[in-house]
Amino acid sequence: MNASYWIDHFRLIACETGVLFAIGLYCVMVTPNLIRVLIGLELVTKSVTLLLGLAGAVTGHMGTAEAFIITLIVLEVVAIAVAAGLVIGIFKQHGEANVSVLTDLKG
Amino acid sequence: MITHSNEILVGLLILVGFWTVQTSILRAAMGLALTSVLTTLILFQMSMPLAAVFELSVCAGLITVVFVSIISMTRPQNAEEEEQSAARRSRRYQPALLVAALVGLGLWAAGNAVQGMTPSTVTENVRDVLWNLRRLDLVGQIIIMFVGVFGVVVLFKDRLKEETGR
Repeated sequence: MNASYWIDHFRLIACETGVLFAIGLYCVMVTPNLIRVLIGLELVTKSVTLLLGLAGAVTGHMGTAEAFIITLIVLEVVAIAVAAGLVIGIFKQHGEANVSVLTDLKG
Repeated sequence: MITHSNEILVGLLILVGFWTVQTSILRAAMGLALTSVLTTLILFQMSMPLAAVFELSVCAGLITVVFVSIISMTRPQNAEEEEQSAARRSRRYQPALLVAALVGLGLWAAGNAVQGMTPSTVTENVRDVLWNLRRLDLVGQIIIMFVGVFGVVVLFKDRLKEETGR
């Protein structure tokens, strides 16, 4: 599928990435569960990945878009690995992986 | 059929996104993997095979393993707790449908930002871009990977010390 196809379908994919971003952000905002917060962040990252791909497909700079997506995936996996370690640490310390227990720095 | 494949993929991706945030946590991890698979298919359609393969192997594979590991290391809910949290989730995520619909309609109404744009004739190879133009990104990626590894090691080392009391 060439650039003209993606220019024609730009609105559809852009709306889809917006909706996915909104779902992920909503999940991050309303859930108290730390694992679910990470899942929401992952959904947000997926939408950004698609938007980068779409930008590359529309402008024709596919190589640059792919390079950025690969960088984003590396950052994503490192962030998730560190966050997973933190969640497990919090669970071991407090007995639950919940944002309501994170009050040590409060006030 | 091929003309509508992207519309179907996009619809599926939104449905799977909703399912991921509304279901139980283990199913949510599976839903996330499914989201990654659908993202991979769209990236393949965009002629970005390298990014698609990375997305499939890392996001649908490695990250799902990490999530399942976290879930198994934390306390599982019993049947009663799961029933209560399912009811809470159902109430909590009902407005998400409205929020997502509003965002989608808002973006659709904002108009086609690239209307009238002429297709570009630029041809780039991802290997050339990565090795020549964006070489610094690779250095950054390596540094970030080391930071991640050290971060995880330090976190687990501290916890081990606390557990053994040494």
